[in-house]
Amino acid sequence: MKIFDSAFSLSERTLALRGQRMEVLSRNIANSDTPGFKAQDINFKSILKATEPNSSLKTTQAGHIQESVSNFQSDLVYTVPFNSSVDGNTVELSVEQAKYGRAAAQYQATLRFLESDMSGIRKALRGD
Amino acid sequence: MSINNIFGIAGSAMNAQMVRMNSTASNMANSSTAAGSQEEAYKAKRPVFEALLTEQQTNMRAPVVGGVKISEMVNDSTPNSSIYDPGNPNANEEGMVFLSNVNEVVEMVDMLAAARSYQNNVEVINTAKQLMMKTLDLTKV
Repeated sequence: MKIFDSAFSLSERTLALRGQRMEVLSRNIANSDTPGFKAQDINFKSILKATEPNSSLKTTQAGHIQESVSNFQSDLVYTVPFNSSVDGNTVELSVEQAKYGRAAAQYQATLRFLESDMSGIRKALRGD
Repeated sequence: MSINNIFGIAGSAMNAQMVRMNSTASNMANSSTAAGSQEEAYKAKRPVFEALLTEQQTNMRAPVVGGVKISEMVNDSTPNSSIYDPGNPNANEEGMVFLSNVNEVVEMVDMLAAARSYQNNVEVINTAKQLMMKTLDLTKV
C-alpha cells in the first residue's frame, strides 16, 4: 500500500539505522579493555548518499530485487581518539558513553516521529 | 535486528569482566600461598581480552559478534620474593620459601576497574531494554 510505504518508510529506515549505530557503540563499550581494539562508528554521510534517489539500483519489473539498505556494516569508520593509549585501544569510555546516550535519545526521537505518523494514519482511517 | 545484538555484545563483556573479577579474587585468596621453589610459587593470573570479530569465533552463532572474550590467562612475570622461614613445611633445603607475586594494591585496582566496566555494560543493556519496550509500545492502539 502506497500510503503506508510513504508514511513509514523514512522513519522505519531511520529507526533501523539508529539501532545499528547503538549496536556499533555497544561494541565499543564492550571492548573498552581489549588491547588493540579500534573504536568504530557509522559514517552517516555515506549512508545518506546511498539513500539518494539515483544511487540505488532501479527496479523496473516485478521480478527485480530491491537493494537492501538495512545493512550498514560497510559504512563503518574508525574513530580518531582524543588521547591514544599504549595498548593500541582507541576506545574512550566516557566519549562512547556520551555517544550511546545521545544515540538512545535519537532513537527515542525517531520512535516519537513514527508514533505520530501512525496516529495520523489511524486518525485518517477512523475518519472521526 | 540490531537492538537484539546489543544484549549479546554487552552480555559477553559482562562475562569477560566477571572472569577478570574471579581471577582477582583467586589472586587475593592466594596472596600468602608459599612454595618451595620459584617455579611452584603462585603467580598472579591475568586474563587477556580479545574482540570477537567473526562469527566463527562465537558459540553456536550467538549474536555476540563485536563482543569480547577471554583469549588466554597469563601469569604475572614479576619474580616471586623469597623469605627465610625454616619452620614452614614448604621450605627448601636452605630454609627458604617462595611467596606469591600477588600485589594486593594492583588487585584491588583491577577489581574496581572490572566492577566499573561491568556496570557500564549493565547500563548499556538497560538503555537497550527500555528502547525495545518503547518500540513494542508502538503496537498499542
